[in-house]
Amino acid sequence: MTPVLQARELGKRYGRRWALRDCTLEIPKGHVTGLVGPNGAGKTTLLKLAGGQLTPSEGELRILGEKPGTTLPKVGFVAQDTPVYAGLTVGDHLTLGARLNTTWDARLAEDRIARLGLDPGQKARRLSGGERAQLALTLGLAKRPELLILDEPVASLDPLARREFLQALMEATAADEFGVVLSSHLIADLERVCDFVIVLVDSRVLVAGEVDVLLGTHHRLTGPRRDPDRLPSDQYVVSARHTDRQSTYVVRTEEPILDPAWVVTPLTLEDLVLAYMERRPVAGRRAGLEVLR
Amino acid sequence: MIWLTWRQFRGSAAMTAALVAVCAAVLALTGPGLADRYARGVTACVADGTCDRFFDRFFDEYHLLFVLVGFVLLALPAFIGLVWGAPLITRELEAGTHLLVWSQGVSRVRWLAVKLGLIGLVAVGTACVAGLVVTWWSRPLDGSAVPELAQMTPLVFGARGVAPMGYAAFAFALGVTVGMLVRRTLPAMALTLVVFVAVQVAMPMLVRPHFMAPVTATHELGRANVGGLSVQQGGGEVRIAVQAAVPGQAGAWVLSSRLLDPSGKVVSADGQDTPVAVSGTSGPCSPQGAGAGMDACWAELNSLGYRQQAVYHPIGRFWSFQWIETGLYAALTLGLTWLSFWLIRRRLS
Repeated sequence: MTPVLQARELGKRYGRRWALRDCTLEIPKGHVTGLVGPNGAGKTTLLKLAGGQLTPSEGELRILGEKPGTTLPKVGFVAQDTPVYAGLTVGDHLTLGARLNTTWDARLAEDRIARLGLDPGQKARRLSGGERAQLALTLGLAKRPELLILDEPVASLDPLARREFLQALMEATAADEFGVVLSSHLIADLERVCDFVIVLVDSRVLVAGEVDVLLGTHHRLTGPRRDPDRLPSDQYVVSARHTDRQSTYVVRTEEPILDPAWVVTPLTLEDLVLAYMERRPVAGRRAGLEVLR
Repeated sequence: MIWLTWRQFRGSAAMTAALVAVCAAVLALTGPGLADRYARGVTACVADGTCDRFFDRFFDEYHLLFVLVGFVLLALPAFIGLVWGAPLITRELEAGTHLLVWSQGVSRVRWLAVKLGLIGLVAVGTACVAGLVVTWWSRPLDGSAVPELAQMTPLVFGARGVAPMGYAAFAFALGVTVGMLVRRTLPAMALTLVVFVAVQVAMPMLVRPHFMAPVTATHELGRANVGGLSVQQGGGEVRIAVQAAVPGQAGAWVLSSRLLDPSGKVVSADGQDTPVAVSGTSGPCSPQGAGAGMDACWAELNSLGYRQQAVYHPIGRFWSFQWIETGLYAALTLGLTWLSFWLIRRRLS
C-alpha cells in the first residue's frame, strides 16, 4: 500500500537557515498522525511541504505516491490559525469550496454547517475562533481528501472549542477512510486522537512510529545510580537523570527488562515525547531512527 | 475561480465604477456645450481674423477644469495600481488566506492568472473609457490651449487617447509584483506609487523624445514664438525671449526653442531673454513705433536675420506616439506579469 507520506532526506532552507533538515520519514495509510515539537521546530514547514505550499530545498517527498503540488485535489490543508476570508460569509466559503474543487461534497458541507449551528449568511469575521476553525475544517473535509493536513488547528482555541474541534475531527475520520496529519505543540491534544506520532525538534525528526508500538517499547527505569554504558546494549537511552544515589532512564528496547535492580514504569505518550524533547537532538539521533526502521 | 475573484473584487470595482461614472457624467454634460461654444467662436473669429484672442479667452475660462481633468486621468492608473494591484496578494498573505485558497483544487498559477486577467481587464477597460471620454471632451480646449499645455506636451499627452490603458495595465501589474516582493500592503502601496511615478516621469523625459527623430527647423519670429519683448525705460536696448512654441504647429511638443542671431549663432534658449541689435528709441520696435502693432517690429527683426530654431514633435505624430507609448507600457506589463508568475511558483508560500 502506498504510504500517505514518504520523505527521504527532505530539507527546506530559508536563506541560510534550515527550517527542516535530513527528514526521513514514512507515514503508512490509515492513521491519524500527530506531529509534535516545540515552537519553531519545523512542523509548519514539514506540513507546508506536504501540502505542496512549499517546494523542498533538498531530498525527496512523496504524498500518496506523487509529488506534492500535483496532489491538490487529494490533499486537504487547514493552515495555522485556520484562516478564512473575513469579508465573505459562511455560505460564500462553501461556494468557494464548490467552485474551486473538482471533488466537493456539498451535502457534507451543508450538513456540517447546519449541525454546528452556523448561519450561512454570517460574515466570517464575526465568527468565534472555534467556529472559524470548524468552518476551515468543513472546507477541508468537504473536499473529500485522501489526506487531510492540519497545522496547529486548535492552538488558538479555548479548551472547550478545542475539545469540540478534535471531537469533530475524530468523528469525521471514523466515518471515512482518510489519512490525517495534524501538528500541535501540546501533546495532550494529540493523545486523544492520534495513533501515530512524530516528534520533531530543532528541524529534525527524533522519533516516529505508531503510538502503541512506541509505548510498548519505551520504559522508564528507576533504580540505584548507574552509568549509561553499563546498560545492556539493546537498551537505547532516550533520556537520563541522575541524583546522588538514584538514576532515572527512559530507554527503548524490544526486549523485556530483566534486571531486578530497576523499577520499571510504563510511559504515557506525553512522558515519551518529553523525554525525546529534552534531549539534545544531535547525539544518537541516527541510532534512534535506525532502531525504528 | 472567476466567481471568487469577482466576489472579492466587486466592492472596490463598484466604488471605482461609481467614481468614474460621476466624472464621466460631468464630462458628458459639459462636453457638448463646450464643443458648441468653440464651434460658434471659431466661425465668428475666422470671419474677422481674431482667432488668437478668442482661443486665449476660451482656454482661460476653462483652464482650471482642463488641468483638473488631466490630473484626474493621470492619477487614475496610479490609483488602480495602489488600490487594486498592491493589496491583491498582500491582503491574502497578511490574513493567511492564501493558504486556504491555495489548498483548494485550483493551482496557484491558475488562481493568479484569473485574478490578473480579470482585474487587469477591468483596469484597462476603465482607463480606455476614461481616456477616450477625456479626449473627446477636451478636443475644443486642445485646439485652443496655450503652448505649455499643447496636446503633445508630457502632461497633456499622458491624459489623452490610448496611453492611459497602458499606464493602467502597467500600474496594476506593478502593484501586484511589488506586493509579492514586499508582502505587506502599506509598504507595497508606497513602493508602487514611488516606482510608478518615477517611470511616469522618466518616460517623457528620457524615452518619449526618441520615439521618432524630432523635426529641427528655423522659423521667422512672430507673435506665436516670441514670448516677450521688453524695451528699457527711456529707450535702450531691446530684449526678446523665444518661447516653446512653433508658428503653424499648434499642439506640438517643443523640445527646444532657441534664438539665432543674424550670423546663425545661438544667442539664447528656452525662454531666456537676450538683447537684439535693434533700436529701442525709434523705429518699429520702439514704444512709439509699436503703436502701429507689433507686426512691423517682427518684420524688422526678421529682415535683420534673427530666427527661431525649434526642435519639436508635430501634432501629426500624436497617434503614432500614443501607440508606441502604449506598446512600451504593454511590454513592461508583460515583463512584470512574467515576474509575478515566476514569484508565485518559486518564492511565495
